[in-house]
Amino acid sequence: MTIGLGHYLSVAAILFTLGIFGIFLNRKNVIIILMSIELILLAVNINLVAFSVFLGDIVGQVYALIVLTVAAAEAAIGLAILVAYFRNRGSIAVEDVNLMKG
Amino acid sequence: MIISALFFYLFAGVCIASAIMVVAARNPVHSVLFLILAFVNAAGLFVLMGAEFLAMILIVVYVGAVAVLFLFVVMMLDVDFAELRHGLLNYLPIGSVVGAVLLAELLFVIGAWTIQPGIPKSITAPIAAAGDVSNTQALGLVLYTRYVYFFEAAGVILLVAMIGAIVMTLQHRPQVKRQVIAEQLARRRASAIEIVKVKPGQGLP
Repeated sequence: MTIGLGHYLSVAAILFTLGIFGIFLNRKNVIIILMSIELILLAVNINLVAFSVFLGDIVGQVYALIVLTVAAAEAAIGLAILVAYFRNRGSIAVEDVNLMKG
Repeated sequence: MIISALFFYLFAGVCIASAIMVVAARNPVHSVLFLILAFVNAAGLFVLMGAEFLAMILIVVYVGAVAVLFLFVVMMLDVDFAELRHGLLNYLPIGSVVGAVLLAELLFVIGAWTIQPGIPKSITAPIAAAGDVSNTQALGLVLYTRYVYFFEAAGVILLVAMIGAIVMTLQHRPQVKRQVIAEQLARRRASAIEIVKVKPGQGLP
């Protein structure tokens, strides 16, 4: 009953899938979409750390640290955009974001 | 060994269950709280793997900063979240199909991978044996020497994110009266008071 690399990769895969599923499910709520992106990045980090530990190379953890930084920056910028958008339009529904007719 | 396996299943199970609740919760505040639970359990997984420094960073950065930021924004915005959930089930079939396909592909990959034989010889910074140096020290030894430019790039990314967030959310309101210290200090007697000699019985014009 030893826990190997495959177990951690499975957890990461399930978390990643849940993040994708959350983006599809909550099409209207931007906050939940941002949280789903955080879940995806967490799954990526689990993958990086698992490979780093089981291959015996610490560079994977350095890379996980960079991913963590980018995730924090992304959350801050995304929420700032969300607040500015809510101030202008009074709504955060994704379907209302059609000002540029894209 | 059995204890660590039990803890692995505990952390992994709670992590996945709370990730499901992040996606499925009706109230976004509950979603944020479940996100915190997922991050704490992922930190437990990191500790089990032996990456203690990243586990603590995960708790400090995610639980302490990112999740609280989410909670702050969810509570600050006056949004009718029940209305946002309306029509949710329209997207359930396509989301389920895409998620199931993706999960099947990932699990097939996990079931059939092998590590290339040359990989163990090409490791750049091997992890020292347990008890020799701690995880934090080993990480610091490579992070501040070989990967110092990555480290500084991470700092620049955080600086840009901070400035961007402040610039986007800062608003100037013209109707709000503010204290201007320079103007207060620049006041002199000539500009502040005026002496008027009023003759009796006339009053001011």
